[in-house]
Amino acid sequence: MTTPEQPIVKERAPARASDSDTNTLPSTSKLNAKNINFFYGSFQALHDISMDIQSNKITSFIGPSGCGKSTFLRTMNRMNEALRNTRVEGDLLLDGENLLGMDVTYVRRRVGMVFQKSNPFPKSIFDNVAYGLRVNGITKKSIVEESVEKSLTRAALWTEVKDKLHKPASALSGGQQQRLCIARALAVEPEVLLLDEPCSALDPIATLKIEELLFQIKDMTTIVIVTHNMQQAARLADYTGFFLLGKLIEFDDTRKIFQNPNKKETEDYVTGRFG
Amino acid sequence: MRHFEQELEKLKSKLLEMSALVESAIYRSVQGVVEKNEELAQQVLRNESRVNQLEIEIDDAAISLLALQAPLAADLRLVTATIKINNDLERMGDLSVSIAQSALALIKEPVIRPLIDIPHIAGLAQGMVRKALDAFVNRDPELARSVLASDDAVDNMRTASYHELISFMATNPQQIPQALYLLSVIRNLERIADHATNIAEDVLFLVKGIDVRHHNEERSAVPQR
Repeated sequence: MTTPEQPIVKERAPARASDSDTNTLPSTSKLNAKNINFFYGSFQALHDISMDIQSNKITSFIGPSGCGKSTFLRTMNRMNEALRNTRVEGDLLLDGENLLGMDVTYVRRRVGMVFQKSNPFPKSIFDNVAYGLRVNGITKKSIVEESVEKSLTRAALWTEVKDKLHKPASALSGGQQQRLCIARALAVEPEVLLLDEPCSALDPIATLKIEELLFQIKDMTTIVIVTHNMQQAARLADYTGFFLLGKLIEFDDTRKIFQNPNKKETEDYVTGRFG
Repeated sequence: MRHFEQELEKLKSKLLEMSALVESAIYRSVQGVVEKNEELAQQVLRNESRVNQLEIEIDDAAISLLALQAPLAADLRLVTATIKINNDLERMGDLSVSIAQSALALIKEPVIRPLIDIPHIAGLAQGMVRKALDAFVNRDPELARSVLASDDAVDNMRTASYHELISFMATNPQQIPQALYLLSVIRNLERIADHATNIAEDVLFLVKGIDVRHHNEERSAVPQR
């Protein structure tokens, strides 16, 4: 969990002075992975992954089970470190800073995560969303209330729960619980939001609500989503990466990946001729 | 073979049946004009309903595939190219009917001199149609490109023939009705060549994922990073 002495307002990477002085466009990448290798014990799960994740865009990772897409996603907020006997090599930069060398709670405040299975705390709806703020030392009632409403509104849940904020979160439907988890993640205003198959247990209507809310919030945060649903990747993502056997086979504009991919492996996977 | 691939094969074979029907309709309608072959011209009129029926069946099958199977990448390009080629083929079928009707009107009239370059234009247009369809069947981008290159030649021949016919009408006003039928035949052949060009462009989209329409030689159909 986060430590109170860390400021809730994040230090953003300073704009590079040279950007305005020269004709070069400012870099819009939020995260840069360079030659990332990841090991579970002696098993190498990721091989030499390099990619730029663009700011305020939705990037999706697709690929068969066990291809490394979730492992790579989890590397981006250091979730894999909770597992024993794992090792990561390479560089992962967040706004140009070494993410792998930062304080882990600081990383997780800047890079939020939503999981496949919604995991609300056994608390009220309100307290779930307020949780991140309180552990960060924000306790003033009016600020917390305002932030909870804002986060629930962004997560497209406010109108459904505003009259039962103090009811247990567990009383919500699966789709509502997942949106609550997104609201909880958004409350601390993360710069990056990672989602690991967030809709795999949801019905199509709940799925569309999540997708709509991701569109709504992408001007505020950079989104990376792992999905098994290729139509979801096609609908949502600006950029799509295809992983296979721990390697990033192809990473490109989503339309390119789904209309005319460069690599045969990608073509075989997206047309269902894989394996 | 997966169910989806079987459906895709069915779609392709329907389009090939449509191609064969339209190609022979063009041939027969041209023979109606050039050889005054009434039977072949009549066959074109009789076969029109089958072409129309196939157009509907192909669109229906393609839309079902899009709705139910959500094809991607090469499969997506195949289904969308099929819808467009289907439309071009149906138009070519209509143009053949129009040529066949001109043929039937001209059959009872004496051949006028100069007979204009109709056999030559027809040969070029038919060659373009055959190459475009072969390029589709064999997924041959080079053959498709050769069709694009022929389009200007047909346009030039049409313009030359127009001038010739206008001069002919000025000096032989009693034969203006026949000349107008020939004018219509030339125009329809030139349009058939245009549709063959469209099909060749669709083949390039299908095989290479590039959009060369309206001389966009370098434009990719999907964005490049």
